[in-house]
Amino acid sequence: MDKEINVKVRVWRQQGPKAKGHFETYKLEKISGGTSFLEMLDILNEQLIRDKKEPVVFDNDCREGICGMCSLYINGHPHGPDDLITTCQLHMRHFKNGQTITVEPWRSAAFPVVRDLMVDRQAFDKIIQAGGYVNVNTGGVPDANAMPISKLDADEAMDAASCIGCGACVAACKNGSAMLFVSAKVSQLALLPQGKVEAKARARAMVKRMDELGFGNCTNTRACELECPKGVSISNIARMNRSYLGAKLSE
Amino acid sequence: MYWLFNSSIGRKFIMSITGTCLVLFLLFHMTMNLVLVFSTEAYDMICEFLGANWYAVVATLALAGGFAIHILYGTWLTLQNKWARGAEGYSSGNKTPTEWAAKNMYVLGLLIFLGLVVHLCNFWYKMQFAELIHSPDAIAAGSGLVIELFSKGIYVVIYLAWLWTLWFHLTHGVWSAFQTLGWNNKTWYKRVHFIAYIVATIIALGFAVCPIYFSAVHLCNGTMTLF
Repeated sequence: MDKEINVKVRVWRQQGPKAKGHFETYKLEKISGGTSFLEMLDILNEQLIRDKKEPVVFDNDCREGICGMCSLYINGHPHGPDDLITTCQLHMRHFKNGQTITVEPWRSAAFPVVRDLMVDRQAFDKIIQAGGYVNVNTGGVPDANAMPISKLDADEAMDAASCIGCGACVAACKNGSAMLFVSAKVSQLALLPQGKVEAKARARAMVKRMDELGFGNCTNTRACELECPKGVSISNIARMNRSYLGAKLSE
Repeated sequence: MYWLFNSSIGRKFIMSITGTCLVLFLLFHMTMNLVLVFSTEAYDMICEFLGANWYAVVATLALAGGFAIHILYGTWLTLQNKWARGAEGYSSGNKTPTEWAAKNMYVLGLLIFLGLVVHLCNFWYKMQFAELIHSPDAIAAGSGLVIELFSKGIYVVIYLAWLWTLWFHLTHGVWSAFQTLGWNNKTWYKRVHFIAYIVATIIALGFAVCPIYFSAVHLCNGTMTLF
């Protein structure tokens, strides 16, 4: 049985995209260490509703770390102080009794705050729309063993595909750069035969869209891969640089 | 060619190419400096060779261009990144354990630029520039200038501090250039980091030989002054 702790939660409150935001501190008592971070926020919201106050708005969906919906910048880290997990997988046992926990929305010019802790991450969808797909020729069924994919390539593609598009990379980056996300989405396809056909066009289109949406320029600080809940590697960024430069130089 | 200006990877490509050229220049300059420790005559011969001759002037212009582009693109990228970050910062700070140099490249770059201005005033202005404007005070033999400069303690400190900032800048800059040019993966990650530390250390130590050696000579001779 986990210990119960009392915490103070310092939350960013903002009425709307244009409104001026501010921090508000709430006290929570007897929170079990086994409570997930989002459950703690649920308890806070129930408390706020009981007190006839506005509940805190935050994004969440699957609550098992695969949907990429939860965000939150907690005590200086996207997805909180623990490694390789999303906020929904973070437990209150990582915090001390009496500690003040600061909860902020993702900060980036390309991710405007919608309300409280919720930000608009549609910029990522727009990048995917620009080239994060394959045009599959649905002709005859290929033989299962005829696909020439090495184990190494399959693993690399799978590692890149583990990106859930949560935006922690952009939130952690001092440059507000989306290179880790975009490179993961470019790599997961470019490494496989189906994606190789359009590899150059894809890298060009997705980087172009990324730049248009106002994301920053990568300066290789590695903050993205250090904070990525899925451990996506910056080797994907090198791969995307390679394919982009190759595509541009061969034009 | 438009992509070199209007795409993020294009701009970074320019940074890595100019950066690589500047690193190669530093390696050449450092090798040249080491000659002075062994023979002042040989060093003065190199100075003579790199005076106001057409090839030295062309190379100087190319070098100045490389510096200018690297600094201008660095400023441009830094400003763009500030805007991309947005107006609101994080109240709980940024606790991601990134390398210090990686986060402070622009400040390090500015310090290196300031050092460069001092350095050009100390040597280039009195040597190649004076020769180009046909000044009667032009100095062709650089050895005297170097040995005199490092009799002043303040300059020894300035130059060593300058090299220290350069070391930090290069530890990030060198591997970063590999990464931007796409020459990196999970296996090469450790290698490019190793290469960066080796190159940065060779350059910083190689340059440090002259100020340390000549200030030691001056100390032994009792000709060392503070200013």
